[in-house]
Amino acid sequence: MHISVNVDGVRHADEVEPRMLLVHYLRERLGKTGTVVGCDTSNCGACTVHLDGHSVKSCSVLAVQANGHDITTIEGLARDGKLHPVQEAFHANHALQCGFCTPGMIMQAIDLIADDPSPDDEAVRKGLEGNLCRCTGYQNIVRAVQDAAHRMRPGAGPDAERVQDEARAHHVVGGE
Amino acid sequence: MIPAEFDYQCPSSVDEAIRMLADAGEDAKVLAGGQSLIPVLRMRLAAPSVLIDLSALTELTGVRDDGDSLLIGAMTTHYEVQRDHLVHEHARLLFAATNTVADPQVRHRGTFGGSLAHADPAGDLLAPVLALDAVMIIAGPNGRREVPAAEFFVDYFTTALAPDELLLDVRVPKCSGWGAHYEKLNRVAQAWSIVAVAAAVQVSGGAITQARVGLTNMGSTPVRARAVEDALVGQPATPEAINAAAERAAEGTSVGDDYKENLARVLCGRALTSAVTA
Repeated sequence: MHISVNVDGVRHADEVEPRMLLVHYLRERLGKTGTVVGCDTSNCGACTVHLDGHSVKSCSVLAVQANGHDITTIEGLARDGKLHPVQEAFHANHALQCGFCTPGMIMQAIDLIADDPSPDDEAVRKGLEGNLCRCTGYQNIVRAVQDAAHRMRPGAGPDAERVQDEARAHHVVGGE
Repeated sequence: MIPAEFDYQCPSSVDEAIRMLADAGEDAKVLAGGQSLIPVLRMRLAAPSVLIDLSALTELTGVRDDGDSLLIGAMTTHYEVQRDHLVHEHARLLFAATNTVADPQVRHRGTFGGSLAHADPAGDLLAPVLALDAVMIIAGPNGRREVPAAEFFVDYFTTALAPDELLLDVRVPKCSGWGAHYEKLNRVAQAWSIVAVAAAVQVSGGAITQARVGLTNMGSTPVRARAVEDALVGQPATPEAINAAAERAAEGTSVGDDYKENLARVLCGRALTSAVTA
């Protein structure tokens, strides 16, 4: 089946099998291996991406269901060589040990801050309920999300992360 | 693992969806939000030959005011239900239960109707729908019909829906001004309920005038705790009356499991205590 999907600001048109999972489309067809597969049960949240600005587990979405929609992955967050504030906060707070859950944690953290710009400890933990850290490094992850919320206030939202084709093209021409 | 091969169809109207279902026969599966179905396909616990995706049927999305009831479209996501002001105002029990479904990512994709049609007895929306006397509006090749929730849930993962029928809307009678709470016990984050209790009560002048109680995962279908409801009506909204009524939560269930029966009683007490103060 033919699909057309906007991934990290770039439109991709492809022929896919209906049974292809979105995460496999991103990794194997587009080479976006920043989004990882951590489990086979839809539990771990490592493959979290944004579909039209809302977090989803890309192992539980078919590529054909993304047809005509916008996808943002961890690879679409950095701007002009600068990390997204949530990425910065994870770095600054050492919110990772092995790092495997980090792409999903960051994508979900952006979603939760968009819904709750100033989350308390409990709200962060509840908002990250769908993401597992096998290293159990939750303390620093919660700190990082609160730090990120602080860096991003006021008014963080899905629009803040949207990368336009023009902006990207400009970057390629004008950047180093 | 990846799912077995299937044909993917994306109808643009309810009538077209019903025709596709009829043509595909019993081997077709309806895809709503896919948050239960896609994992099942991936584990190859199911391998339908045709998947009929309802995502283009926007008329099945949203919550509408219909006089004494709300009409909730089957394709309304949990996230949309959580944020709907009509649900907040007239169906707080549904709001409370929806907040506990899985995790945020799943609630963005998963749908109200999909959860009901999937009919997992540990699913969190079945008991509230049963307790609130909701009615399922179903379309099939011979037109539309309405099925009360009490007749809709037939067995484990089995509903009154025929293979060529589609759940369109759920009519939920308004319980405006009622207190409500969904008390759930699960072992770890995002796990299914071991047992949960859905409770809605109307309190007037310090007395309980109406009560609705449903149990999650206390049988092959959701269970209505009628004995608790009967024990509550006409009683003062006091801890004593609530605890006495909650003692009867497992009456009429047939799980034959002391632990779960005890959980039903304990969680029922907690649910009612929160509901009368909510």
